[in-house]
Amino acid sequence: MAYQNIFTQLQLRGEYEPGVPLGPHNDPRYGPFGYTYWLGKLGGTQIGPVYLGKLGLASLIFGTLAFCIIGLNFWAQVNWDPIQFVRQLFWLALEPPPAKYGLRILPPLQEGGWWLISGFFLTLSVLLWWVRTYVRAKQLGMGTHIAWAFASAIWLYLVLGFIRPLAMGSWSEAVPFGIFPHLDWTAAFSIRYGNLFYNPFHALSIVFLYGSALLFAMHGATILAVGRYGGEREIEQITDRGTASERAALFWRWTMGFNASMESIHRWAWWFAVLTTLTGGIGILLTGTVVDNWYLWAVEHHFALAYPATGIVDPATLPGAPQ
Amino acid sequence: MTRKLVTLVFVLPALLLAGCEFGKKAVSQVGPRGTGLNQVNDSSSMTKVAAVPEPPYPLTPDMLEGPRANVTYQNVKVLGDLSTEEFNYTMAAITNWIAPTEGENAGCNYCHNPANMASDEVYTKVVARRMFQMTRSINSTWRPHFQASANGENAGVTCWTCHRGNAVPKYVWSSGLPTPNKLAGNRRGQNMPAPTVAYASLPNDPFTALLQGKNNVRVGGPSAYPTAHKASIQSTEQTYGLMMHMSQGLGVNCTYCHNTQNFANWAQSRTQRVSAWYGIKMVRDTNDNYITSLGSVWPANRLGPAGDPKKVYCTTCHQGLAKPLGGYPMLKDYPGLKGGYHSDTPGAAAPPVTAAAPEAEPVPTPVAAADTTKPAA
Repeated sequence: MAYQNIFTQLQLRGEYEPGVPLGPHNDPRYGPFGYTYWLGKLGGTQIGPVYLGKLGLASLIFGTLAFCIIGLNFWAQVNWDPIQFVRQLFWLALEPPPAKYGLRILPPLQEGGWWLISGFFLTLSVLLWWVRTYVRAKQLGMGTHIAWAFASAIWLYLVLGFIRPLAMGSWSEAVPFGIFPHLDWTAAFSIRYGNLFYNPFHALSIVFLYGSALLFAMHGATILAVGRYGGEREIEQITDRGTASERAALFWRWTMGFNASMESIHRWAWWFAVLTTLTGGIGILLTGTVVDNWYLWAVEHHFALAYPATGIVDPATLPGAPQ
Repeated sequence: MTRKLVTLVFVLPALLLAGCEFGKKAVSQVGPRGTGLNQVNDSSSMTKVAAVPEPPYPLTPDMLEGPRANVTYQNVKVLGDLSTEEFNYTMAAITNWIAPTEGENAGCNYCHNPANMASDEVYTKVVARRMFQMTRSINSTWRPHFQASANGENAGVTCWTCHRGNAVPKYVWSSGLPTPNKLAGNRRGQNMPAPTVAYASLPNDPFTALLQGKNNVRVGGPSAYPTAHKASIQSTEQTYGLMMHMSQGLGVNCTYCHNTQNFANWAQSRTQRVSAWYGIKMVRDTNDNYITSLGSVWPANRLGPAGDPKKVYCTTCHQGLAKPLGGYPMLKDYPGLKGGYHSDTPGAAAPPVTAAAPEAEPVPTPVAAADTTKPAA
């Protein structure tokens, strides 16, 4: 019995569900490993079987390498003190090379070399994982929607850490690895380029991000609300529309005059999510390469309001100003 | 189960609110509505204005008459234009400000050889002479920094503004040791909870690069499209670090000076930003021409770990207040410390420049200082 959801108070125990048989050129699966009560509260109770495969293994190895390089750099920075490593963890960072090295392939290890190496391994890991999501979906006879949505996120990641630095001619433009340092990078990036909020692609990205949250809330709430009529069986409801689907559709037509369908709501959600990082990546890529000050750009294009001047003059432009 | 949930309902919000500052906030709007140009102050955590010491004794007008100090005493090179009485009065005041405690090397003896007051053999006397030149230069050349003050000609600094009874002011900076060229212990000058930049992971010594010499503080793009203006994210973070220092040192937030919709834009900034701009230039002048230039006069125990002397930044005077000493016009009691007191004022103001702003409220017109490159002899 595999079919369970969060509304089900019962947790069934029986024979493990092994999954569909796989064709040739596939690796063995590991598990199943057993049932868990607590995960059963959130979703499926059965753990495994897991398909690791060569791609998964390679991705995990490179990802672990990147993670360890970053962690060991952090630890070295506090002179290998385990207590300070924990206390200052949120402040520590593996920084990209300084501007003087431009796009040099391998600057000295302590001056951004490790950043490039760990970034390379992390990118390799992410890309291998992407191939894995593509191949696994094909092997299950699914569409590749998940892989392409993931690709949209990878696009933003690559723009920030690889494509835009290439366009700017310096690795120093890239984001450091670190909790607070990457947030400081974000704030500094916005200040340097005249406030990213006036970047229309940033605005689009925010619309899709917040829109994704709104759609997720609307859809989740709708399905939960008609769960008592079997509404969580969404796929069946697409082909064989039942009273749950009717009521859900009716609710939204009553309240806002229009309803998504049981099928289209998922396209709405997918596109909103995908467009968040797609537009975001475009916005980042244009910053510094095409536009140097987004506020002034926005005023020039009547996208932002120019407030009345306060009468303050840049003192450096006055005659006799100290240099 | 219910009890657990109830506990969670009370404990979780309490934990989430643990970082908040409770208490009444004073909010004032300082710019067009909708721009977030607000000053938010928590009255309980605002810096208290420190007490200002009384003059040692009243300085009466007749005390300003009589022979000059450089006639009465030997080797008076800076304050020689004061009357002997005013000179003595000023000496009494600074003794109280700089080296007030009793003892063999405190009081007058902190700078003077008691057997020969004219001698320059104690290094602190050489430093003190330079400090008098510095104070007078700040109070004359750097008038534009005080343009927003209501104190008029009495706006400015005395020794007390920085020293507050200490031989070395409490809030000073010197460069850190250069980062080792290896991995261990190398934070590249940032990424630690440093008090200098409000515990952010920003570069924690923005002073070495920006509060001496002539490096560019400005990072924001000056026009919509790329120009010859280049500023890396790292240099932006450095400027950001300096701004965190200014914010802390003055007890204000970003919008005290900037319209944060576009930090770099002067046309929509507040007049305080002009004062701050002159302040940065003034601090550089002070550090380069009056402190670092003393060179080997500084003994080893007055140098930082990298071998440079302790220098000034915004907090040195401001100490958490937008106006040092709460704007108390202390200089009124010490006319001898005003620049060009008995000579021509060197700081001649540039012709006023007015920007077209018909609807804007009138603001003090920014002025440029005359010449700050030369050290005052």
